[in-house]
Amino acid sequence: MSLNDLFTEIILDHYQHPHNHGIIAGATLTSRGFNESCGDDIQISVLVKDGVIADAKFSGAGCSISQASASIMTDLVRGKTVEEARQLAGMFYEMVKGTEGDYGEEMGDAISLQGVSKFPVRVKCATLAWHTLEESFAKTNNGENK
Amino acid sequence: MMRSDVKNDFPIFANWKKKGKPLIYLDSAATTQKPQKVIDALDEYYSRYNANVHRGTYELSQLATDMYEEARTKVARFINAGKSESIVFTRNATESLNLIAYAWGLNNLHKGDEIILSEMEHHSNLVPWHIIARHTGAVLKFIRMSSDYRLDLQSLKDNLGPKTKIVSVVHVSNVLGTINPVKEICRLAHEAGALAMVDGAQSAPHMAVDVRDIDCDFYALSGHKMCGPTGIGALYAKYELLEKMEPFMGGGEMINEVFPTTSNYAKPPYKFEAGTPNIAGAIGLKAAIDYLEKCGMQNIMEHELELGDYAASRLAEVEGIHIFRPRATGTGVLSFTVDSVHPHDISTILDSEGIAIRAGHHCAQPLMRKLQVQSTARASFYLYNDKSDVDALAGALEKGIALFRPRKKANVVE
Ligand SMILES: Cc1ncc(COP(=O)(O)O)c(C=O)c1O
Repeated sequence: MSLNDLFTEIILDHYQHPHNHGIIAGATLTSRGFNESCGDDIQISVLVKDGVIADAKFSGAGCSISQASASIMTDLVRGKTVEEARQLAGMFYEMVKGTEGDYGEEMGDAISLQGVSKFPVRVKCATLAWHTLEESFAKTNNGENK
Repeated sequence: MMRSDVKNDFPIFANWKKKGKPLIYLDSAATTQKPQKVIDALDEYYSRYNANVHRGTYELSQLATDMYEEARTKVARFINAGKSESIVFTRNATESLNLIAYAWGLNNLHKGDEIILSEMEHHSNLVPWHIIARHTGAVLKFIRMSSDYRLDLQSLKDNLGPKTKIVSVVHVSNVLGTINPVKEICRLAHEAGALAMVDGAQSAPHMAVDVRDIDCDFYALSGHKMCGPTGIGALYAKYELLEKMEPFMGGGEMINEVFPTTSNYAKPPYKFEAGTPNIAGAIGLKAAIDYLEKCGMQNIMEHELELGDYAASRLAEVEGIHIFRPRATGTGVLSFTVDSVHPHDISTILDSEGIAIRAGHHCAQPLMRKLQVQSTARASFYLYNDKSDVDALAGALEKGIALFRPRKKANVVE
């Protein structure tokens, strides 16, 4: 496995020019994810309206994989229902674990993180944003404060 | 001068090959590799004289006991403890530090008493005191670190007072490589009527240590950081203090007489070694010390300092690098960050070249905050490293940084 399979152009692009970076003022939920071992620290804020993710942003600091993954995830889940976002998360975990499958369409730019499966120590960097998003759904009324 | 073939003493260098690349191991501050002599000592114990210690009434057990006690004597001599009864075997430095925090701290600290630590402590000399402070109402104070990554003794003097009961500091920082003036710190602590403990996890492996010259009351070390096996460590304590202390854990080996509702204890150090100890570990640690002494502690220290200095000068040429190391008298520990590349990415880049470094907070989160970083990359050298390892590190780092060179927005078309 070469480094170029991990640090792809798309990942480096998201890392150096992240999308959706910041905090949503009227977020219906915010949550923080922390990788104790390497210090990756991510804050996710999401605005859910009528079960649909109207907006998603992230802030914090971490390695290229965790930051790019958060950037890509916030792109992906926008316009999706909470349930669809959960399914994407599940699919993403399988992909970075190296499970064979067709991840093309739905994964969008996240497909560029497929190479992470060949670098086991980096899997938790890639999944941090997704876990943080999922946990926040579980903690609240699916992201909607009513 | 270090022998140039030291690597051959460590079988891992012949056995581990990543994509045909040799192992360049630069994470000895986390744990060290093991020489064949240590591996053989473990093998020999288990295959030739395995038996429980201190309770056997037969020859084999006596032999195991003798070997275990010889290991204690070895550790005592290695740090000039004076008497071997001053050495308590533990699992590691963390357990040694906890032993004092619990067995001494819980029974001797009261509300408002002060514990002085420093801003560069490893979590193992921090979290136990958090727990003890919560139980006793004692208060934590900190020796400040200067901009040159050294402890500011004036701030120790300012903190010391009639309420100070113990000062506990790291001898050599596992992040910065700073060698702290522990002898002076112990003197100041004693002048104020306090006890003094030294976390020697990063000093015992790398330099000649004389605990009686330092005059510390307690000193902690870990076997696995000095070529020994995992699961064995030691606590040095002044014997009078051990005699006065309550036990840490109760069970077999540490008792004298046991009745249904009470018991009395064995003499130190046995009072602090409840249950069957890590006999093999102690014997392996003795083999490790024999090995280190043969290489010469002075030699080892000079070798590491030379590598540390060389690495600092080589890496200083890297674009966007920040090195966290005192200007003078560093050791073979080198923490750094690079502007455009996160430490974890640096580690992956180096790993792909067979170079093992550590990226993270190094169990020193308060120090990371003080340094205003989330994490650092850290290369740490030991007797088996040489200049070619440093050259490989510098080369791989340059290559990796090129990969992360800032690019224009919008994806590059290939
Ligand atoms: C300065 C320092 N103190 C204490 C420890 C704890 O050592 P162990 O994990 O072997 O107990 C370490 C190990 O990382 C260390 O570097």
